[in-house]
Amino acid sequence: MNLPPRIRKALVLSPPLIWVVLFMFVPYTILFVFSFWVQQYPTFAPAFQMGNYVELFRDPQYLQTLGRTIKIAALVSVFSLLLAYPYAYFLVFKVRRPGIRLALYMAVVAPLWVSYLLRAYTWKTILGTTGILNSFLISTGILTEPSPVFLYNQVAMVLTLTYVFIPFMVMPIYAALEKIPPSLLEASADLGMGRTASFVRITFPLSLTGVVAGFTMTFCLAFGDFIAAYLVGGPDGMMISNVIATQFGASLNWPLGSALALVMLMIVLTIISASDRFERLGQGKFA
Amino acid sequence: MTVQDLAPVNATTLPKSSARRLSRLVDRWVWIGIASLILAFLYIPIAVLVAYSFNDSRSLSWPMSGFTLDWYRKLAENEQLIVAVQNSLYVAVSATFLTLVIGVPAALALDRLSFPGKGVFRKLVLLPIALPGIISGISMLILFRLIGFGLSLETVIIGHATALLAVVVTQVYARLQRLPKSLEEASADLGASGLQTFFMVTLPNIKTAVIGAGILSFTLSFDEIPVTFFLTGRDNTLPMYIWSTMRRGLTPEINAVGALIVAASILLIFISVQLQRKQTIPAAKSRP
Amino acid sequence: MMSDIIRLDRLSKHFGSVIGVDDVSLNVRKGEFLTLLGPSGCGKSTLLRMIGGFEDPTAGRVWLDGEDVTDLSPNRRAVNMLFQDYALFPHMTVGRNVGYGLKVAGVPRREVEAKVRDVLDLVGLGDKINAAPHELSGGQRQRVALARAIVRRPKVLLLDEPLSALDANLREAMQVELRHLHQKVGLTFIMVTHDQTEALTMSDRVVVMRNGQIVQDGAPQSLYDMPANPYIADFIGTTNLFSSRLVDGRVACHGQPLRVNPTKIRQGADTFGFRPEKARLHRGDAQADNLLRGTVCEVLYHGSIARIIVDLTGGTVLVDLPISDASAGLPAIGELVAVEIEPHKIMSFVAEAAA
Repeated sequence: MNLPPRIRKALVLSPPLIWVVLFMFVPYTILFVFSFWVQQYPTFAPAFQMGNYVELFRDPQYLQTLGRTIKIAALVSVFSLLLAYPYAYFLVFKVRRPGIRLALYMAVVAPLWVSYLLRAYTWKTILGTTGILNSFLISTGILTEPSPVFLYNQVAMVLTLTYVFIPFMVMPIYAALEKIPPSLLEASADLGMGRTASFVRITFPLSLTGVVAGFTMTFCLAFGDFIAAYLVGGPDGMMISNVIATQFGASLNWPLGSALALVMLMIVLTIISASDRFERLGQGKFA
Repeated sequence: MTVQDLAPVNATTLPKSSARRLSRLVDRWVWIGIASLILAFLYIPIAVLVAYSFNDSRSLSWPMSGFTLDWYRKLAENEQLIVAVQNSLYVAVSATFLTLVIGVPAALALDRLSFPGKGVFRKLVLLPIALPGIISGISMLILFRLIGFGLSLETVIIGHATALLAVVVTQVYARLQRLPKSLEEASADLGASGLQTFFMVTLPNIKTAVIGAGILSFTLSFDEIPVTFFLTGRDNTLPMYIWSTMRRGLTPEINAVGALIVAASILLIFISVQLQRKQTIPAAKSRP
Repeated sequence: MMSDIIRLDRLSKHFGSVIGVDDVSLNVRKGEFLTLLGPSGCGKSTLLRMIGGFEDPTAGRVWLDGEDVTDLSPNRRAVNMLFQDYALFPHMTVGRNVGYGLKVAGVPRREVEAKVRDVLDLVGLGDKINAAPHELSGGQRQRVALARAIVRRPKVLLLDEPLSALDANLREAMQVELRHLHQKVGLTFIMVTHDQTEALTMSDRVVVMRNGQIVQDGAPQSLYDMPANPYIADFIGTTNLFSSRLVDGRVACHGQPLRVNPTKIRQGADTFGFRPEKARLHRGDAQADNLLRGTVCEVLYHGSIARIIVDLTGGTVLVDLPISDASAGLPAIGELVAVEIEPHKIMSFVAEAAA
């Protein structure tokens, strides 16, 4: 069966192409169009007006939520970085036995396989007023009565989301550090540089692509999260996704929800393309 | 930095200044301490999750009161839960199959073919990796609503297959890139047709990547919430069921489900590590 | 002793149960071009890396210019290394790579700039100061690495298989260039290589290593003419080796008697050999002293010579036939020939030294 190349190409290409157009391109386009429609309770009507976007800027709760979401996502990324970088560094530069290194790497990546929902849930059971942390602190005499400060706030959000997304920070940093030829660090030492200075001038700059990739990943994931907020966030920890979900549920204002989703999409795309550009700048250096 | 020796060395053969040895020792234990802290942060919550599934008290608090298997017995009698597990299996298997059937050709096309719109195609396919699941969920919700397609487990399957496409494409594409083009050229040179080459040369070489991507897709689909949340009809998948139970209140029954999921995950990790071991594992590459 | 810049005192390095370097002592004179030669895994790179401070010796001391540097980390040693993969920092320009070590040492910026320019001119890359490493060719990268290693005028320059990544033509040119550079800058060079030609052409002194130990140490010519054992005889150049005993001033080469010069034979020798280029090939049924008779079984044409494999029925020997002598054309396979070796050109060894 020797088909002409053009037909072969079409056969390979058409299923994914049709699928992507039908279930990605079309829905995103509709989402875009929908964001200009108007709500006419209990349904919506086609229109082309900026009302939904105006509403987003007029009602402070939307911008506030957006700001809070960005803040939480940024904190999650920062804390993930602070924990993940030393760990990845330890694996690459301090553990010499490849078997142990692989095991320790897998130990960080493995939790990704365990249900995200359950990993967030377990923090709820730990942090609640009747939860494990409170009862533990009371049994050891540190607290005399349960404290509500652990759960339903932004700290709980950052803690839980950091816990959930930290593997996404470890993976790219590990990959970037591992790619650094050991001879570069030897050369730096050979040329008179101490360990700390070598890290600042050689290791860290060369691992930046991994840091940026990890930062992008954890930021985008935390930014779009809407489960942790229900479980551990409380009203103070509501994220932009929760507001969108409300528009598609209880509030039944799909056009407004679409506009919000579009704003969210734009923010995510901006971050991704900035990170892409950074990565492209760093390419070719190891050629 | 100098190459660090973590393996214990025979001290009697070391005429080395003791100050240097001490600083090495301190350095080593500081690093081991840091790593242990991070692993504790990752694993204590999972240990808590599992431990409380065996605790014979309804309240999740310290100290634990005693050992029981009651929560597991309750699970076995919980019909809603069993239906949810069945639904999840159906969704995850179908979505994985679909996403592989679409994703492998997509990866092939990205690696081997040039066609107009390739850049846009690539961006769209890879987008869901970083895109919040909620956006995929609501955009497809609107689509199904507009074309009058009722929500069901099937719409969830389509949603999952779409969102997971990126996972399959990145994994298979990465493997394809490492596969020398000359293999396929040699196959063609020896008279094989395009299809024969794919099944006899290309597929065997990317097999483990495809299986690995399949296992990962299965896990992610089994665990998926944001897309499912918007696209499911009256049927519940397991995470949706747990989710609704959770919102009603915390119970060790959820811990029992969790412990079972942890066990299943360990099994899947084990399988995928075994798969990877047959390949050269970049993560295990030795440094001099 | 004043002129010894490096003194290695009973240096050993064990990797777990594997012995990398085994009790090696070696002195290197100031200004010398010394080469550590040996097959991969013989410990030569480990020895070099211990001099540089990249490996800690399991036992023994390293002295640099009269100072014990065994416990000093690489950044505190006045030696620099030319890395096998060059180890150029990918995120810095050529100029910043070369100036790196000077900046670290706190040299004022203007002086750094001047020195970087000088050394780049020295290696012929004055115009590449602002280029990125990945924009350079392999040969250019090597020169940058070289410039970076010598700009601080280290007491010793270590070269780890410096030419292995270059293609054949470039390698030969760089051999000459490194040699010139060595004379021009007057630094001590210690090079590691597995390529015997490279070792012979470039160095003042060659140290041959095997299984973590030094097996011979000498000037290139003495190594070639008087190899210490059969291993070196065959590792450096090619040697026809055969085992025999000395009886009545004669040895047996694959069953045929050969006269030797008994005064040049080592006591208790049990292995003998001669180099292909030291033998003469006679065509047909020649009459001469000290002949091995056999038939041609292979002719390998090398351009200036032809290497003939001669079958002596008990074994084969190699003989080089200069093309200028082959006016009658190259011998045909199966042709009867005789190989003549003058007695004093036969080398002798005590084989257990090679075990």
